[in-house]
Parts: sequence; structure tokens; C-alpha cells
Amino acid sequence: MPDLEEAAGGSREPSNAQSQHEGRYIVRFTRAQRWLHAVLFTTFLGLAGTGLPLRFSQSYWARRFASGVGGFGAILFFHKLCAVALTVAFLIHVKDIFTRAFANREKGIFWGPTSMVANWKDVKDLFGHMRWFVGLGPKPRFERYAYWEKFDYWAVFWGMIIIGFSGYAMWFAPFFARFLPGWALNAVLVIHSEEGLLAILFIFSIHFVNTHLRPDSFPMDMVIFTGVEEEQEFKNKRPEEYARVVSQGKLETRIGVKPPLWLLNFSRVAGTAAIVIGLTLLVLTLTAYFGE
Amino acid sequence: MKRARSSALTLAALALAVAATGRGVRAETDCLSCHGDAGLQDASGHSVGVDGGKFHASIHGSLNCGDCHTAVKDYPHPDPATKVKCETCHADQAAGLAGSVHSNAAEHPCTSCHGNAHEIFPKDDKRSAVYPLNVPRTCGACHGNDGMAKKHGLATVYPSYIDSIHGFALSKEGLLVAANCQSCHGSHHILSRTNPLSPTYKTNIPKTCGNCHAGITADYEDGVHGKAVASGHLDAPVCSDCHTAHAIEQPTAAAFRMQSTPICGSCHKDKFSTYRDTFHSQLGALGGYVETARCWDCHEAHAVLPASDPRSPVAPANLVTTCGKCHAGANLSFVQYQPHANARSRKLNPALYFIRLFMNLLLASVLTFFMIHTVLWLIRSRFDQIKRRSAEGGKNA
Repeated sequence: MPDLEEAAGGSREPSNAQSQHEGRYIVRFTRAQRWLHAVLFTTFLGLAGTGLPLRFSQSYWARRFASGVGGFGAILFFHKLCAVALTVAFLIHVKDIFTRAFANREKGIFWGPTSMVANWKDVKDLFGHMRWFVGLGPKPRFERYAYWEKFDYWAVFWGMIIIGFSGYAMWFAPFFARFLPGWALNAVLVIHSEEGLLAILFIFSIHFVNTHLRPDSFPMDMVIFTGVEEEQEFKNKRPEEYARVVSQGKLETRIGVKPPLWLLNFSRVAGTAAIVIGLTLLVLTLTAYFGE
Repeated sequence: MKRARSSALTLAALALAVAATGRGVRAETDCLSCHGDAGLQDASGHSVGVDGGKFHASIHGSLNCGDCHTAVKDYPHPDPATKVKCETCHADQAAGLAGSVHSNAAEHPCTSCHGNAHEIFPKDDKRSAVYPLNVPRTCGACHGNDGMAKKHGLATVYPSYIDSIHGFALSKEGLLVAANCQSCHGSHHILSRTNPLSPTYKTNIPKTCGNCHAGITADYEDGVHGKAVASGHLDAPVCSDCHTAHAIEQPTAAAFRMQSTPICGSCHKDKFSTYRDTFHSQLGALGGYVETARCWDCHEAHAVLPASDPRSPVAPANLVTTCGKCHAGANLSFVQYQPHANARSRKLNPALYFIRLFMNLLLASVLTFFMIHTVLWLIRSRFDQIKRRSAEGGKNA
């Protein structure tokens, strides 16, 4: 993980001699990854907040919200703004992957323990994890990316392609009609709205609980905001990765600094806001969906 | 015809008055020596004062008191037992009134519309209660209060009218040609809209509105709705079904654009529900974006023609032009878009049906799997947490 070693940066110098093993912070996400998540969830909230009133345009709250922000003109503008921002972030991410994989010839992008690509261990972990849920086996030892995280990643990756493409097809319908058949213009709305609904329901219920609200992380897992995690927590949550990094003798290169208080507080506020907005939208979605 | 006859009558009355000048003026002066007192009352307390100046200026100013008050011969005189009969001169109007909704003379004396009997002016005089700009207020004296609704089951129409495009043109612009009450309902011979002879009877409405809106009415009569009504299909809409009768709005106004699609949808239910599934409707429903296509933006408002008619804007050959009104660059492929696609119908839109089915299955399966996964995980984590804390002697011990 050269990127994480770089992210740990200057902390290779022996800083806190007495806390060599206790209270150390290990880098788990680079600054770029944290920024990507921040841009992703900000624009996603924006897109969900402005997309839902459209999807459920007959509902009372959608109309109240729309008139509150100045009608659909305002909603559409904001939706497109978030869409463009997210598209740019997505393209930067894809470019980054290709640069690292092909230009820098970095290993472990497409396969191996640090890759986002699913492997046999993920299948075993999924079944092992579920056996553990019902008390039939030990808890699997997770690597850098657990199977549910890979699912989240690919769901978002794939979702962005599907939702993005169908969204742009509606935005620039006459242009897309040059090479798409007419019925595809009908299809893109169905696809956009259903895939969007899936993303919203998934993120605001499954991802929130899996990653942030479950007892081990409650009320939220701060690591995606601060990038670092206490060594003991890291060891508990990612035993396999910890063991691998230690056996490679690279733990020292992954040591980061304790996050400053302002970053913690900022992250708490931003994260809480995101979760509250998300859960509100989830409730509105469910009421509108079952009220239809 | 009516007007000619009433002016002839007026002239005749004038000639009579001139012939009897000496007696008439003297008699009138005699009457006004008592009745000129504005506070004069009869035995039952009704005011019997007359403003001589105003009376002279009025359309009846050349008449003598005795011409109308035929029961009064001498002075002093008892309170007259008979009422003044306007129909003596105005026979046509009286006949029209007799067969109308206002036939009850006790409830609707001539003065209830024409105002004070001694201060009646010709209807093209601004002081007249039936001058075009004054008509709505005159009718509104009764039709503007909720008492009418209780008594006769009639809607309180005055507020609706006065805020309508006709009411605005009349009250704000002072447009004499703006439709006032009697433009549509007539004046003396007003009939219920359930009466086939009434200008407001359903099948007569296009002609009534067409008195002013001739071009629109021609378009309408050419369209499917006009033809249906003409051939006796009374379910088909006439002007007032879409525009309402009194609260008529400027059709390009946001409020009308917002409310009109459901009006079409009240008959075209299947088309309305499929329209609601589209982006046009979703956008349009939220307000502030009224440009999105409503029914008549594509189908025309008045000359509504079936797609099989080559003149129809939704005829296949015209779609590029029609869609192109909003979608610059619309081409032949673009107009294959179905503005009324039904994703729930396998027969009508198979491709869309299976796409929707696939998306729904994907949604349901992903959410179901992860819902179970997450709930089990939650339970197990909480169980472990309590066990761990109790081992440490924590608060959940």
C-alpha cells in the first residue's frame, strides 16, 4: 500500500517513544480517499434531496419542499450542479486508478489483499460472517476491504455509471436521441428513478447501519473523516490486514498522527448532519413509496 | 329591434310631454313641492322623496309624474294602492322577464337592477346601473352573497368573476367589450343553464363565447370536442368545462397551467395516469416550472385532432415540429419517445415493462438480502457487546 505509506508521511520519525504500542494511530485512508468520500456523500445527499421530490412529485412534502426552495427550477439547477460535481469526482477517481495501475505500475490495484476486486476470501468471509451471526462459527478475520465494503464500492461505482448515463440522457435528450432509439428515452427515466431509489434506500439504511450505526461503531465510524484509527481498534476490526502489515514489517510506515480536535469535531458535525438528513430522506421515501 | 322600439316609445312619450308642456311642468312642480323633500315618507315608512334635479336628467326626465303614477289624480291623495307598472311602456322587457329565472316580480322588481326609479339612465350612460362596467356590481348585489347559495342553491359567482380575466379587463382596464354578466346570460330573459334555450346551456356555450371569441370557437368546432358536442355527446367538454364559467384565468398563467391537466384527466383517466409517470408531469407538478408540456401543448387546446388526422400536431409527420417547440434539436428518433408510456403494461410497452421489472427485482433482492444480513449482524454485535461489557463489569452487566 504505497499510498497509505505516503499518507503516513513524516510520522516515521520516532515521535512518542513511550506510546510506541499504545495509543498509536494507524493510517487507513489517504487524504484523497477521504476527500472522495466527502464529495461523494455531500453530492449524494444533494442529489437525493432534490431527486426525491421529483420521484414522488405528487406527495405533499415534495410540493411543500419545492415551493419552499423556489419551485422546480431551483431543484433542477441544484440536482444538475451536484451531478456535475459528482461526475468530476468520479472521473478523477477513475483516472487515479488507471494512473496508479498502468502509469505507476502499482501492484494490488486489481488483485490481491488490498484490491477492491472481489476474491475467493470475500465469498468465504460472507458465509463465515453469516455463520457467526447465528453463532455457528468464529468471526472472519477481515482484510483491508471487507466484502460488504467492496459491495458498497461497486454498487456506487456501477450505480454512478447507470444513474449518470441515464441522467445525462434525459438532460441532453435530443443529443442522445441521435444514437439511441426513441423508447430508450422512456427507459432512462425508469432506470434513473429505480436505480436512484435503490441507492437512496441502500445508503440510508444498509450502509449507515453496517458502517456507522452498528454497536461497534456507534454513532459513527470516524476513520473515513480522520483517515486514522487507534492501533487497537484497527487490530480488532482488520486482524488480517494488521497481521499482514506487521509481518511485512511495514506497520511503522503506516503510523499517523492523532487527529486534532477541530477535525474530530468538524467530522462529528458533518457526519451527524449527513446521517440525520439521510434518515429523514429515508423516512420520507418510505412514506411516499408506501403511500403511492 | 328592441332598441328601435324602445326609442320609438321614448320619442312618443317626449312628443306627448312637449304637447302638454304647460300642464305637465306645473303638475310636476306641484308634486315636487312635497316630494322634493328627501325625507318624505309614506304611511308605511318608505321614502317617497324624489331628487327633482336627478329625475330631470334621467331617461324619464321628460315624463310627467302622472304618466307612471296613474293612480294619483288629485291632491291630497291617499297612499297609492297600485304599484307603478313599467310594462305599460316596456312590454317586451316585461315579457322577457316573465319567462326568466327572475320572473317573481315581488322579489325582482325592475328597480332591483335598474336602481332608483326616478334616477334611471340609459345603459350607455356611466351613471346607469346597467352600464357595462356597472353590471357585475349590480348583479353582485344579490349574486355576491352566500345567502343566494342557501336560498336558491346558486353559487356565489361575483367574487369568482371579479377576479377572473373578464372581471379584470372590466374593473381594472374599463374595457367595455369585456364580458360582463349579461354578455353571456342575457338581461331580461335570463334562463337557467338547464334550459336548452339558455345561452349558457351546455351546447349553446360555444356559440355564446364565440360571440366574442370567434376564432377560438371556429378552432374548437373543428376539433374532436366541438364535433362531439355538436353531434349530441354531452360528455365532451365545452369552453366552460376547461376554463370554468366565472373564474376564468389567463390560460398562460402559472395557476391555470398547474390546474388544467387534471381537468383533461378527469375524462382522459388512462392518459392522465401515464402522463403522471413521465418527467413532464413530475417536473410540472412541483410548480415554478410551468413550461413543461401540458396536454394542450402537444394536442392543441381548441382544434384537438386525433393523431390520425394529418393536421394534428401529434400526427406522426408533425411530431418533430411539435416536440421541437420545447426541445430544440428534436429529431425523428427523439420523437419516438412515448409521452404516455405505460411501464406497467407488458402488452403496450414490453421493453419498458421488462426494464421496470428487472429494476424492481434488483431493488427488492438487494434490499431484502442486506436487510436480513444487517439485522442479524446488529443482533449479534449487540449480544457480543453486552457479553464483553459484563465480563468487564460494565453498565450492561
